[in-house]
Amino acid sequence: MQSEAAIRTPLILGHKTYHDLTHDIVAPIENKAPRGWYVLVTIAALIAAYGIGCILYLISKGIGVWGLNKTIDWAWDITNFVWWVGIGHAGTLISAVLLLFRQRWRMAINRSAEAMTIFAVMMAATFPGIHMGRIWMAYWVLPLPNQFGSLWVNFNSPLLWDVFAISTYFSVSVVFWYIGLIPDFATIRDRMTRPGMKKFYSILSFGWTGNAKAWTRFEEVSLVLAGLATPLVFSVHSVVSMDFATSLVPGWHSTIFPPYFVAGAIFSGFAMVQTLALVMRKVMHLEAYITRKHVEYMNIVIMVTGGIVAIAYATEFFIGWYSGVEYEAYAYMSVGAATGEYAWAFWALIICNIIVPLSLWSKKVRTSFFWAWAISIVINIGMWFERFDIIVLCLHKDYVPSSWTMFHPTWMDVGTFLGTLGIFFTLYLLFARFFPVIALNELKSILKMSGESYKQEAEHHHH
Amino acid sequence: MANKVVYAVYEDPELLKDAARKLVTAGVKVRDVFSPFPVHGLDPIIGIKRTRLGIVSFMFGITGTSLALLGMWYFMIHDWPMDIGGKPSFHFYQNLPAFIPITFEFTVLCAAHGMAITYLIRNKTLPGMPPRNPDPRTTDDKFILEVRSEDNGDIDGVVGLLRGTSVYEINERQY
Repeated sequence: MQSEAAIRTPLILGHKTYHDLTHDIVAPIENKAPRGWYVLVTIAALIAAYGIGCILYLISKGIGVWGLNKTIDWAWDITNFVWWVGIGHAGTLISAVLLLFRQRWRMAINRSAEAMTIFAVMMAATFPGIHMGRIWMAYWVLPLPNQFGSLWVNFNSPLLWDVFAISTYFSVSVVFWYIGLIPDFATIRDRMTRPGMKKFYSILSFGWTGNAKAWTRFEEVSLVLAGLATPLVFSVHSVVSMDFATSLVPGWHSTIFPPYFVAGAIFSGFAMVQTLALVMRKVMHLEAYITRKHVEYMNIVIMVTGGIVAIAYATEFFIGWYSGVEYEAYAYMSVGAATGEYAWAFWALIICNIIVPLSLWSKKVRTSFFWAWAISIVINIGMWFERFDIIVLCLHKDYVPSSWTMFHPTWMDVGTFLGTLGIFFTLYLLFARFFPVIALNELKSILKMSGESYKQEAEHHHH
Repeated sequence: MANKVVYAVYEDPELLKDAARKLVTAGVKVRDVFSPFPVHGLDPIIGIKRTRLGIVSFMFGITGTSLALLGMWYFMIHDWPMDIGGKPSFHFYQNLPAFIPITFEFTVLCAAHGMAITYLIRNKTLPGMPPRNPDPRTTDDKFILEVRSEDNGDIDGVVGLLRGTSVYEINERQY
């Protein structure tokens, strides 16, 4: 058996057996949900219903019900799109990139992070969909033979690259997630006593047997999918950034966008993982599995990617100013932005994304559950402002001063955004109730290597 | 004479591996092993060959690459060339840089889904399939080694050998 250095912090606390692991992860599914779950899911579902109402109203009336105007024709809609896609980056990063790097701590959080990814990408895809205005023509983005003399879609356009990137990312993430879930559904199936539920998990588990050859194939598929998903993660947000970078809008037309967007996506994705995982840890009693060390590891990723983002802001600010091009004077990273009508949005970004996360350099802060959670929320807000600033600030003062204007969101802007939050949290709560929230089969494989009591025992033998 | 199947239950993957090694050394054929997670190092002991799923994935991947390039050549160069922002579209190679992102995405799409579908079919894990593990505890905390009389003449001798390992329990069934 592989062994682990004694100096490494154990990843599973206390004395657990394989059976304890099964019990701890499956018990919340078997037992009645706590009252808090019903309260939360009701609130989330009500917000979701309101949001769906707003979306239906928007579709029936047209996107004029949003606050868009002739100058600022992308605003909250695309901000929300990029924000959700960014959040959707942590799941596959954790499960694929950290798998290739053999980071065992990923096993406590990969399942829930992948679920978060899938739901976030669904929310992201909503926005370009409804932003089209005539959503019933959404199939026009596909290269289908048609009645217009075979007029094809434009493969030179980053907007079309995005269609392919997002749909590939979404479907591959779902497959990756589900293939990992199958053995765990089999565990629930074999434990469940209620016939209806047993049948339900039996269907979901696809008749999984867990024989030797199946596991060999399982590991091969996981490894190859991780290898495929790793460049995919980086490509998706690079392509999203090219929606901006290939245009001629000052502030958008920037070659550093792809790596900078990818770093920002990981930054915000990990922040959302923290926001959700820290609550889940407490409510579902997963303290032995999502430990202080896990939180510290995640915070270190946040520090690194946050640092990259901060350097990117500084570069954008300096190069814009140093170029002396007057059109850059009001781009989102400029003196014009820092002192103009949108100074509040500029400084919200700087405070939330650079200044507050700096506190994570203190070990005390980054190993504190409360502060990790609080800072993760600040980063979520900051990353929303980053996309808002890039989009709205760059558009509001570009080449023609006579068309300079401000953006005023309407209730529909607020409603559609809140609505996606509602749908997202509803889906996540359903996931946490009915699905195994930790990758049980992976966690069992490291129990005797990284479990606290086994490590102590091994060390005891050693002396 | 009815065929007999023996299930030896273990509590730890290392104990099971030791037992499998002992059996194989004695010339016993181990039919299969059922476990709640992959037991590393078991495959060479019981003679399981490496899976070829990686090759499958590669084949699907290059199919995706070819289809994407062929499609974009047809749409953008052959069937209806369009002048978009002055980007050259007279020849395929001139327009190629703009085709790279979608070629990549489509390669990944085909490789991932092609492999995943092959995996599900090869494992016989599909929606609606009944569970086929011999004991429900193999998805929880037990590791089961399966030996069959049709592979081994002296099945009672095998049971004797198994009793000599750190086995948790032994179940025999007729089939």
